[in-house]
Amino acid sequence: MKPELTEIWVYLSASPLSALTITLVAYLSGDWLYRKAGKNPLLNPVLIAVLMLVGFLLLTDTAYWTYFEGAQFVHFLLGPATVALAVPLYNHFTHVKRSAIAVFTSIVAGSATAAISAVGIAWALGASKETLFSLAPKSVTTPIAMGIAEQMGGLPSLTAVLVILTGIIGAVLGTWTLNLLRIKDWAARGLAVGTASHGIGTARAFEVNDVAGAFSGLAMGLNGLATAILLPLLYRLIF
Amino acid sequence: MVLRYLTLLLVCQLAGEAIRIGTGLPIPGPVIGMVLLFVGLLVRRGVPEGLQTTSGGILQHLSLLFVPAGVGVMVHLPLLADEWAPIVASLILSTVLTIAVTALVMKGMGRLTQRGEDRP
Repeated sequence: MKPELTEIWVYLSASPLSALTITLVAYLSGDWLYRKAGKNPLLNPVLIAVLMLVGFLLLTDTAYWTYFEGAQFVHFLLGPATVALAVPLYNHFTHVKRSAIAVFTSIVAGSATAAISAVGIAWALGASKETLFSLAPKSVTTPIAMGIAEQMGGLPSLTAVLVILTGIIGAVLGTWTLNLLRIKDWAARGLAVGTASHGIGTARAFEVNDVAGAFSGLAMGLNGLATAILLPLLYRLIF
Repeated sequence: MVLRYLTLLLVCQLAGEAIRIGTGLPIPGPVIGMVLLFVGLLVRRGVPEGLQTTSGGILQHLSLLFVPAGVGVMVHLPLLADEWAPIVASLILSTVLTIAVTALVMKGMGRLTQRGEDRP
Protein backbone atom coordinates (compact mmCIF):
# COMPACT_ATOMS: atom_id res chain seq x y z
CA MET A 1 0.00 0.00 0.00
CA LYS A 2 1.26 3.43 -0.86
CA PRO A 3 1.68 5.83 2.08
CA GLU A 4 -0.39 9.00 1.94
CA LEU A 5 1.35 12.09 0.64
CA THR A 6 0.78 13.89 3.94
CA GLU A 7 2.49 11.07 5.81
CA ILE A 8 5.58 11.45 3.66
CA TRP A 9 5.46 15.19 4.26
CA VAL A 10 5.11 14.80 8.02
CA TYR A 11 8.12 12.50 8.05
CA LEU A 12 10.25 14.69 5.79
CA SER A 13 9.43 17.99 7.47
CA ALA A 14 10.78 16.63 10.76
CA SER A 15 14.13 15.55 9.35
CA PRO A 16 17.16 17.85 9.29
CA LEU A 17 17.79 16.75 5.70
CA SER A 18 14.87 18.73 4.29
CA ALA A 19 15.70 21.91 6.23
CA LEU A 20 19.29 21.73 5.02
CA THR A 21 18.24 21.01 1.45
CA ILE A 22 15.72 23.85 1.16
CA THR A 23 18.24 26.25 2.71
CA LEU A 24 20.86 25.39 0.08
CA VAL A 25 18.35 25.38 -2.79
CA ALA A 26 16.96 28.77 -1.72
CA TYR A 27 20.44 30.26 -1.40
CA LEU A 28 21.63 28.90 -4.75
CA SER A 29 18.48 30.27 -6.45
CA GLY A 30 19.09 33.65 -4.82
CA ASP A 31 22.70 33.61 -5.91
CA TRP A 32 21.69 32.64 -9.48
CA LEU A 33 19.22 35.54 -9.68
CA TYR A 34 21.82 37.95 -8.28
CA ARG A 35 24.39 36.94 -10.91
CA LYS A 36 21.78 36.91 -13.65
CA ALA A 37 20.93 40.53 -12.77
CA GLY A 38 24.57 41.62 -13.12
CA LYS A 39 25.20 41.55 -9.33
CA ASN A 40 22.67 44.27 -8.67
CA PRO A 41 22.89 44.92 -4.88
CA LEU A 42 19.11 45.18 -4.64
CA LEU A 43 18.88 41.47 -5.52
CA ASN A 44 20.95 40.34 -2.55
CA PRO A 45 21.10 36.51 -2.53
CA VAL A 46 20.61 36.23 1.24
CA LEU A 47 17.57 38.48 1.13
CA ILE A 48 16.04 36.46 -1.72
CA ALA A 49 16.77 33.18 0.08
CA VAL A 50 15.27 34.45 3.35
CA LEU A 51 12.12 35.70 1.59
CA MET A 52 11.69 32.39 -0.26
CA LEU A 53 12.17 30.33 2.91
CA VAL A 54 9.87 32.49 5.04
CA GLY A 55 7.21 32.21 2.33
CA PHE A 56 7.67 28.45 2.12
CA LEU A 57 7.51 27.92 5.89
CA LEU A 58 4.42 30.12 6.23
CA LEU A 59 2.69 28.34 3.31
CA THR A 60 3.44 24.87 4.71
CA ASP A 61 2.58 26.01 8.23
CA THR A 62 5.99 24.92 9.52
CA ALA A 63 7.25 26.45 12.77
CA TYR A 64 10.56 28.31 12.57
CA TRP A 65 12.09 26.13 15.30
CA THR A 66 11.26 22.95 13.39
CA TYR A 67 13.14 24.39 10.43
CA PHE A 68 16.01 25.64 12.56
CA GLU A 69 16.59 22.22 14.12
CA GLY A 70 17.85 21.10 10.74
CA ALA A 71 19.32 24.36 9.52
CA GLN A 72 21.41 24.79 12.68
CA PHE A 73 24.17 22.76 11.05
CA VAL A 74 24.69 25.62 8.60
CA HIS A 75 24.21 28.18 11.37
CA PHE A 76 26.90 26.54 13.49
CA LEU A 77 29.59 27.39 10.92
CA LEU A 78 29.14 31.11 11.68
CA GLY A 79 31.46 30.69 14.68
CA PRO A 80 34.50 29.31 12.82
CA ALA A 81 33.74 31.71 9.94
CA THR A 82 34.00 34.66 12.32
CA VAL A 83 37.38 33.38 13.51
CA ALA A 84 38.45 32.93 9.87
CA LEU A 85 37.82 36.66 9.26
CA ALA A 86 41.22 37.16 10.95
CA VAL A 87 42.90 35.98 7.73
CA PRO A 88 41.56 38.63 5.30
CA LEU A 89 41.92 41.18 8.11
CA TYR A 90 45.60 40.30 8.36
CA ASN A 91 46.05 40.34 4.57
CA HIS A 92 44.48 43.80 4.27
CA PHE A 93 46.20 45.07 7.39
CA THR A 94 49.67 44.46 5.95
CA HIS A 95 48.69 46.52 2.89
CA VAL A 96 47.63 49.64 4.76
CA LYS A 97 50.20 49.78 7.57
CA ARG A 98 51.52 53.15 6.40
CA SER A 99 48.27 55.01 7.02
CA ALA A 100 47.41 53.01 10.15
CA ILE A 101 46.58 55.97 12.43
CA ALA A 102 44.33 57.71 9.93
CA VAL A 103 42.63 54.41 9.13
CA PHE A 104 42.06 53.57 12.79
CA THR A 105 40.68 56.99 13.68
CA SER A 106 38.24 57.12 10.79
CA ILE A 107 36.96 53.60 11.39
CA VAL A 108 36.35 54.25 15.10
CA ALA A 109 34.61 57.54 14.20
CA GLY A 110 32.46 55.70 11.66
CA SER A 111 31.78 52.86 14.06
CA ALA A 112 30.54 55.24 16.75
CA THR A 113 28.47 57.23 14.22
CA ALA A 114 26.82 54.04 12.94
CA ALA A 115 25.74 52.77 16.35
CA ILE A 116 24.78 56.11 17.93
CA SER A 117 22.89 57.49 14.94
CA ALA A 118 21.03 54.21 14.30
CA VAL A 119 19.86 53.94 17.90
CA GLY A 120 19.24 57.70 18.23
CA ILE A 121 17.08 58.02 15.12
CA ALA A 122 15.02 54.90 15.89
CA TRP A 123 14.61 55.98 19.52
CA ALA A 124 13.43 59.45 18.51
CA LEU A 125 10.85 57.85 16.23
CA GLY A 126 9.56 55.63 19.04
CA ALA A 127 11.10 52.21 18.38
CA SER A 128 10.98 49.60 21.15
CA LYS A 129 13.98 48.63 23.26
CA GLU A 130 14.38 45.27 21.48
CA THR A 131 14.49 47.02 18.12
CA LEU A 132 17.06 49.54 19.38
CA PHE A 133 19.39 46.79 20.58
CA SER A 134 18.93 44.89 17.34
CA LEU A 135 19.72 48.04 15.32
CA ALA A 136 22.84 49.07 17.25
CA PRO A 137 25.30 46.69 15.51
CA LYS A 138 23.65 47.07 12.08
CA SER A 139 26.83 48.21 10.26
CA VAL A 140 28.88 45.24 11.49
CA THR A 141 29.39 42.05 9.48
CA THR A 142 26.51 39.65 10.24
CA PRO A 143 28.22 36.95 12.35
CA ILE A 144 29.73 39.54 14.70
CA ALA A 145 26.58 41.68 14.75
CA MET A 146 24.43 38.73 15.79
CA GLY A 147 26.77 37.93 18.65
CA ILE A 148 26.65 41.54 19.83
CA ALA A 149 22.84 41.74 19.60
CA GLU A 150 22.46 38.52 21.54
CA GLN A 151 24.72 39.78 24.30
CA MET A 152 22.82 43.06 24.70
CA GLY A 153 19.33 41.58 24.66
CA GLY A 154 18.44 42.33 21.06
CA LEU A 155 16.99 39.81 18.62
CA PRO A 156 19.83 38.16 16.66
CA SER A 157 17.57 37.09 13.78
CA LEU A 158 16.18 40.61 13.40
CA THR A 159 19.75 41.92 13.51
CA ALA A 160 20.73 39.51 10.72
CA VAL A 161 18.05 40.99 8.45
CA LEU A 162 18.78 44.61 9.46
CA VAL A 163 22.50 44.09 8.78
CA ILE A 164 21.77 42.78 5.29
CA LEU A 165 19.42 45.70 4.57
CA THR A 166 22.13 48.10 5.78
CA GLY A 167 24.60 46.47 3.41
CA ILE A 168 22.23 46.90 0.49
CA ILE A 169 21.54 50.56 1.38
CA GLY A 170 25.28 51.25 1.64
CA ALA A 171 26.03 49.56 -1.67
CA VAL A 172 23.24 51.48 -3.42
CA LEU A 173 23.71 54.93 -1.83
CA GLY A 174 27.47 54.84 -1.14
CA THR A 175 28.69 56.06 -4.53
CA TRP A 176 26.11 58.84 -4.56
CA THR A 177 26.99 60.04 -1.03
CA LEU A 178 30.74 60.00 -1.70
CA ASN A 179 30.37 61.86 -5.01
CA LEU A 180 28.21 64.47 -3.32
CA LEU A 181 30.96 65.02 -0.73
CA ARG A 182 33.61 65.10 -3.49
CA ILE A 183 35.69 62.32 -1.91
CA LYS A 184 38.05 61.19 -4.68
CA ASP A 185 40.62 59.17 -2.73
CA TRP A 186 39.91 55.43 -3.27
CA ALA A 187 41.23 54.58 0.20
CA ALA A 188 38.78 56.96 1.91
CA ARG A 189 35.90 55.79 -0.31
CA GLY A 190 36.61 52.13 0.46
CA LEU A 191 36.97 52.73 4.20
CA ALA A 192 33.66 54.59 4.33
CA VAL A 193 31.71 51.93 2.48
CA GLY A 194 33.30 49.05 4.43
CA THR A 195 32.66 50.70 7.80
CA ALA A 196 29.03 51.50 7.01
CA SER A 197 28.01 48.43 5.06
CA HIS A 198 30.39 45.53 5.83
CA GLY A 199 30.70 42.64 3.34
CA ILE A 200 28.00 43.75 0.92
CA GLY A 201 29.62 47.18 0.63
CA THR A 202 33.05 45.54 0.31
CA ALA A 203 31.87 43.35 -2.56
CA ARG A 204 30.61 46.50 -4.28
CA ALA A 205 33.89 48.35 -3.56
CA PHE A 206 35.96 45.53 -5.13
CA GLU A 207 33.83 45.80 -8.28
CA VAL A 208 34.73 49.47 -8.62
CA ASN A 209 38.40 49.60 -7.57
CA ASP A 210 40.96 47.22 -6.00
CA VAL A 211 42.36 49.77 -3.55
CA ALA A 212 38.85 50.71 -2.44
CA GLY A 213 38.10 46.99 -2.00
CA ALA A 214 41.15 46.32 0.17
CA PHE A 215 40.43 49.30 2.42
CA SER A 216 36.78 48.32 2.58
CA GLY A 217 37.67 44.77 3.67
CA LEU A 218 39.96 46.11 6.35
CA ALA A 219 37.28 48.54 7.54
CA MET A 220 34.75 45.72 7.75
CA GLY A 221 37.05 43.66 10.00
CA LEU A 222 38.20 46.51 12.22
CA ASN A 223 34.71 47.96 12.56
CA GLY A 224 33.46 44.54 13.64
CA LEU A 225 36.18 44.38 16.23
CA ALA A 226 35.71 47.98 17.43
CA THR A 227 31.94 47.62 17.72
CA ALA A 228 32.20 44.25 19.46
CA ILE A 229 34.46 45.78 22.09
CA LEU A 230 32.91 49.25 22.48
CA LEU A 231 29.18 48.64 22.18
CA PRO A 232 28.71 46.10 25.00
CA LEU A 233 30.94 48.19 27.28
CA LEU A 234 28.92 51.31 26.46
CA TYR A 235 25.77 49.34 27.12
CA ARG A 236 27.04 48.26 30.54
CA LEU A 237 27.84 51.88 31.42
CA ILE A 238 24.39 53.15 30.44
CA PHE A 239 22.13 50.36 31.73
CA MET B 1 39.92 22.44 3.13
CA VAL B 2 42.70 21.28 5.42
CA LEU B 3 41.48 19.50 8.54
CA ARG B 4 44.35 20.81 10.62
CA TYR B 5 43.39 24.43 10.00
CA LEU B 6 39.69 23.77 10.47
CA THR B 7 40.67 22.42 13.89
CA LEU B 8 42.74 25.55 14.50
CA LEU B 9 39.67 27.73 13.80
CA LEU B 10 37.58 25.68 16.23
CA VAL B 11 40.33 25.79 18.87
CA CYS B 12 40.49 29.60 18.55
CA GLN B 13 36.70 29.81 18.88
CA LEU B 14 36.69 27.51 21.88
CA ALA B 15 39.48 29.50 23.53
CA GLY B 16 37.50 32.68 22.78
CA GLU B 17 34.38 31.25 24.43
CA ALA B 18 36.44 30.10 27.43
CA ILE B 19 37.98 33.57 27.80
CA ARG B 20 34.55 35.20 27.51
CA ILE B 21 33.05 33.01 30.22
CA GLY B 22 36.15 33.11 32.40
CA THR B 23 36.61 36.89 32.34
CA GLY B 24 32.99 37.97 31.90
CA LEU B 25 34.01 40.19 28.98
CA PRO B 26 30.87 41.23 27.08
CA ILE B 27 32.48 40.38 23.72
CA PRO B 28 31.22 37.44 21.61
CA GLY B 29 33.49 34.36 21.93
CA PRO B 30 34.13 33.99 18.16
CA VAL B 31 35.30 37.64 18.02
CA ILE B 32 37.83 36.94 20.79
CA GLY B 33 38.84 33.86 18.76
CA MET B 34 39.33 36.11 15.72
CA VAL B 35 41.60 38.41 17.74
CA LEU B 36 43.62 35.43 18.99
CA LEU B 37 44.15 34.19 15.43
CA PHE B 38 44.96 37.71 14.17
CA VAL B 39 47.60 38.17 16.91
CA GLY B 40 48.99 34.74 16.05
CA LEU B 41 49.35 35.79 12.40
CA LEU B 42 51.05 39.05 13.42
CA VAL B 43 53.53 37.12 15.57
CA ARG B 44 54.12 34.55 12.84
CA ARG B 45 54.35 37.31 10.18
CA GLY B 46 52.39 35.46 7.56
CA VAL B 47 49.45 33.20 6.76
CA PRO B 48 50.21 29.48 6.19
CA GLU B 49 48.96 28.40 2.77
CA GLY B 50 46.61 25.79 4.20
CA LEU B 51 44.97 28.37 6.46
CA GLN B 52 44.59 30.72 3.50
CA THR B 53 42.65 28.09 1.53
CA THR B 54 40.65 26.86 4.53
CA SER B 55 39.48 30.32 5.58
CA GLY B 56 38.92 31.27 1.94
CA GLY B 57 36.72 28.19 1.54
CA ILE B 58 34.55 29.06 4.54
CA LEU B 59 34.35 32.79 3.80
CA GLN B 60 33.55 32.28 0.13
CA HIS B 61 30.05 31.21 1.13
CA LEU B 62 29.81 33.33 4.25
CA SER B 63 26.43 34.74 3.20
CA LEU B 64 24.89 31.26 3.09
CA LEU B 65 25.61 30.93 6.80
CA PHE B 66 23.33 33.88 7.70
CA VAL B 67 20.30 32.34 6.00
CA PRO B 68 19.00 30.12 8.84
CA ALA B 69 19.23 33.01 11.31
CA GLY B 70 17.75 35.46 8.80
CA VAL B 71 14.70 33.23 8.32
CA GLY B 72 14.08 33.73 12.05
CA VAL B 73 12.75 37.16 11.16
CA MET B 74 9.42 35.40 10.50
CA VAL B 75 9.02 35.14 14.26
CA HIS B 76 9.25 38.95 14.48
CA LEU B 77 6.92 39.89 11.63
CA PRO B 78 4.41 41.60 14.00
CA LEU B 79 7.23 43.73 15.45
CA LEU B 80 8.40 44.68 11.95
CA ALA B 81 4.84 45.60 10.94
CA ASP B 82 4.56 47.88 14.00
CA GLU B 83 7.96 49.55 13.77
CA TRP B 84 8.87 49.59 10.10
CA ALA B 85 8.94 53.40 9.92
CA PRO B 86 11.61 54.04 12.62
CA ILE B 87 13.59 51.04 11.34
CA VAL B 88 13.65 52.18 7.70
CA ALA B 89 14.45 55.80 8.63
CA SER B 90 17.22 54.71 10.99
CA LEU B 91 18.79 52.31 8.48
CA ILE B 92 18.90 54.78 5.58
CA LEU B 93 19.92 57.94 7.48
CA SER B 94 22.44 56.23 9.73
CA THR B 95 24.12 54.40 6.84
CA VAL B 96 24.53 57.56 4.74
CA LEU B 97 25.76 59.45 7.82
CA THR B 98 28.31 56.71 8.64
CA ILE B 99 29.68 56.76 5.08
CA ALA B 100 29.98 60.56 5.20
CA VAL B 101 31.67 60.73 8.63
CA THR B 102 34.17 57.93 7.90
CA ALA B 103 35.17 59.39 4.52
CA LEU B 104 35.45 62.95 5.83
CA VAL B 105 37.56 61.93 8.86
CA MET B 106 39.86 59.91 6.59
CA LYS B 107 40.15 62.85 4.19
CA GLY B 108 40.90 65.22 7.08
CA MET B 109 43.48 62.88 8.60
CA GLY B 110 45.12 62.42 5.21
CA ARG B 111 45.52 66.17 4.90
CA LEU B 112 46.90 66.36 8.41
CA THR B 113 49.55 63.68 7.88
CA GLN B 114 50.56 64.83 4.40
CA ARG B 115 50.90 68.50 5.21
CA GLY B 116 53.83 70.02 3.40
CA GLU B 117 53.98 67.25 0.84
CA ASP B 118 53.00 68.18 -2.65
CA ARG B 119 49.97 65.95 -2.99
CA PRO B 120 46.56 66.95 -4.24
